[in-house]
Amino acid sequence: MSNEATLHGHAATSHDADVHHDEHGHHHKETFITKYVFSQDHKMIAKQFLITGMIWAILGGLMSVLFRLQLGYPDAHFQILEDLLGSKWAKGGQIQPEFYYALVTMHGTVLVFFVLTGGLSGTFANFLIPLQLGARDMASPMLNMLSYWFFWLASVTMLSSLFVETGPASGGWTSYPPLSALGDASEGSKIGMDLWIISMALFVVSSLLGGLNYISTILNLRTKGMSMTRMPLTIWALFFTAILGVLSFPVLLSGFILLLFDRHGGTSFYLSDIYIASGKALPNEGGSAILYQHLFWFLGHPEVYIIILPAMGLVSEVMSVNARKPIFGYMAMVGSMFAIAVLAFLVWAHHMFVTGLNPFLGSVFVLLTLLIAVPSAIKVFNWLTTLWKGNIRFTPAMLFAIGFVSMFISGGLTGIFLGNSTLDIQLHDTYFVIAHFHIVMGVSGILGMFAGIYHWFPKMYGRYLNNTMAYIHFWITLVGAYLIFWPMHYEGLAGMPRRYLDYSGWLSFNQFGGLNRFISTVAMIVFAAQLLFVFNFFYSIFKGRRVITQNPWGATTLEWTAPIRPGHGNWPGEIPEVHRWAYDYAKDGRDFIPQTEPLGSNESAH
Amino acid sequence: MAHSVPAGQKWWSGGKSPFNVEYGKLMMWYFLMSDAFTFGAFLISYGSIRFATNGWPDPNEVFRAFPLMGDTHLPLVFVSLMTFILIMSSVTMVLAVAAGHQNDRKKVTFYMILTIIGGLMFLGCQAWEWTHLHSEGAWWGRNPFVNADGSAATTNFTNFFFTITGFHGFHVFSGVIINIIMLIKNLRGDFEKRGHYLMIEKAGLYWHFVDLVWVFVFTCFYLL
Repeated sequence: MSNEATLHGHAATSHDADVHHDEHGHHHKETFITKYVFSQDHKMIAKQFLITGMIWAILGGLMSVLFRLQLGYPDAHFQILEDLLGSKWAKGGQIQPEFYYALVTMHGTVLVFFVLTGGLSGTFANFLIPLQLGARDMASPMLNMLSYWFFWLASVTMLSSLFVETGPASGGWTSYPPLSALGDASEGSKIGMDLWIISMALFVVSSLLGGLNYISTILNLRTKGMSMTRMPLTIWALFFTAILGVLSFPVLLSGFILLLFDRHGGTSFYLSDIYIASGKALPNEGGSAILYQHLFWFLGHPEVYIIILPAMGLVSEVMSVNARKPIFGYMAMVGSMFAIAVLAFLVWAHHMFVTGLNPFLGSVFVLLTLLIAVPSAIKVFNWLTTLWKGNIRFTPAMLFAIGFVSMFISGGLTGIFLGNSTLDIQLHDTYFVIAHFHIVMGVSGILGMFAGIYHWFPKMYGRYLNNTMAYIHFWITLVGAYLIFWPMHYEGLAGMPRRYLDYSGWLSFNQFGGLNRFISTVAMIVFAAQLLFVFNFFYSIFKGRRVITQNPWGATTLEWTAPIRPGHGNWPGEIPEVHRWAYDYAKDGRDFIPQTEPLGSNESAH
Repeated sequence: MAHSVPAGQKWWSGGKSPFNVEYGKLMMWYFLMSDAFTFGAFLISYGSIRFATNGWPDPNEVFRAFPLMGDTHLPLVFVSLMTFILIMSSVTMVLAVAAGHQNDRKKVTFYMILTIIGGLMFLGCQAWEWTHLHSEGAWWGRNPFVNADGSAATTNFTNFFFTITGFHGFHVFSGVIINIIMLIKNLRGDFEKRGHYLMIEKAGLYWHFVDLVWVFVFTCFYLL
């Protein structure tokens, strides 16, 4: 108890100390509501984030299947689409233009924010931070619970926008004005756009509450001996992620507030000199649409690191455990994540090279953008050297971790192309960009997330996922992802633009008809493989092979010193004390040495 | 509040807060950093639009009224009064926090009441100013004021003014609510029972931040 008293400062004298500070996690009566719904246990909140994220991933993936159907088979009529979606969206079994734009917009929003930010950070920050640091729970379990429920409210709001008559937002996931500011501009700019903004504002609140909690917990609640440099890389990654979120999301919120005023307050923050299709000139004057882009990308760029950093952390941990080797270059890993976090704030305008940005300013952003290649390469080489001469166990989690590195390299290399403002003139808004960010952020992020899920599922549910289904899932996903996105590089180099409904009318892009059909077919197969994972996930929660050893992967970190199914409070007795760093694998003739083991007489402090 | 830590102990080696603060205060600091970015984004947006616009109204001409004085020409007098009130409420907040450190419940109550009154007075002033500007025809999307050089202005002068001072006013309003809750908790003796007045300190951090933001808002809209 002395530990807690120090950690919380006032806990010793507090009369209303929070439940989680108590030594005995579950002496109070838990009802269904407090255990599964309004839970303040970080492990349950993590599962809530995970399952909500999975539901979103299925919906977002299904949207991509629908628009790939249109792109692969622009002339076909799928009667079933009209039967299911109605004649407004799928007249004659063909995806209508408005619906197509709604689909791509929602696909982007859902996957970027609700799956790879909420689902990824929300799950693993909540699950791993207290368990790997040796804390009973988050600094504030109450705010942590609110963080999930704001995410839930954001989810419900976004979901409801799918069912309004004029349809959901359809101006792209970036929602650039004037399209997003003028209700008259398109169907999707009406109520759907409002719901999108409200939902995103709620999402910002959720992310803020979560992020503040993650940072405070990591700084304040490390158990005795857990110095910052003994933390597993997962925690470092989640730490930088939280800082990025806390500092960049508020800027997006400001941008949204100005956008709302432009929509409903008659203001002209983003609007100037606009003629709408009917020939009417709008009175708005003096605003700047580019201003929104700056505000958006000031979040938007850190956002891609908010997605990829947790994946990097999970991969580092999974890779070290399964290569039975210490992670190569621990401090270089931390340093490169720090460098990425700093650079994240200094490169946003590389999304805006073709907006009329001053070319000199552009060249500054080129330099800063290309600098990111340095820490990224450090990380990649460290992963490869961690694998080098490792005693590799090809568990599903390990395969996904290796797949992540492969994807990250492939996507990272095209980032060097796109980071050059001159090349960007040709490549901007083409399928090359789609290929780049899907590989480096989307697929890499989701592969990292899968690595984390397969690795920590036994800790979450006390059962294993089915390995056979896992291997099928992995190979279809990895091979499929390359087959989907690799060809898009060719399309993009040939100038094929993004966001078009139908390319068959253009002579230049006609040649890609077969390729588009191929991509669409693979996309459907990959989507089906994800359903296999979903089945595996829910089946294994109830019927999976039971975990019978406390530390099934032979890992050094603290979460595996907790009981197989830890209660609220994580450790039944004293919380463990840490004596060494997290990566003592294959040392002194031993397979691994847990962090809790005191230093031997022949060891120096590390 | 502070759990004494022996000298020479390693602060970052785990088992305690490296800053010797409990998590709530840490969270408040990070929240304020985050909020600073919100306001920063607003003010930078304002600056960039204003910089890209040919002319801008002269604040000395716009903000020259004073309540009950009729048609006056007292540039920036009223807003100076507002600023003075808000800064004084920061002073009383400091005194409340100091009283908390001495575990003096009565004094905390006294200074919290003064702080709340200061906050309410500021909000009242802002309400009057907004009403007055509205009566002159200013609102979101409507700008009756001409540029300093006499040319017609865009509406962005009023757009930004109402949005940003409104957002700040909303923060002050939230601060007053928080302070009232703190006052009630203090009157009920919650902090006395707890043995420390950390909550007052955290509310104080927020309140000072809101005041600090006003200094920037004031500079950007009234002085520049």
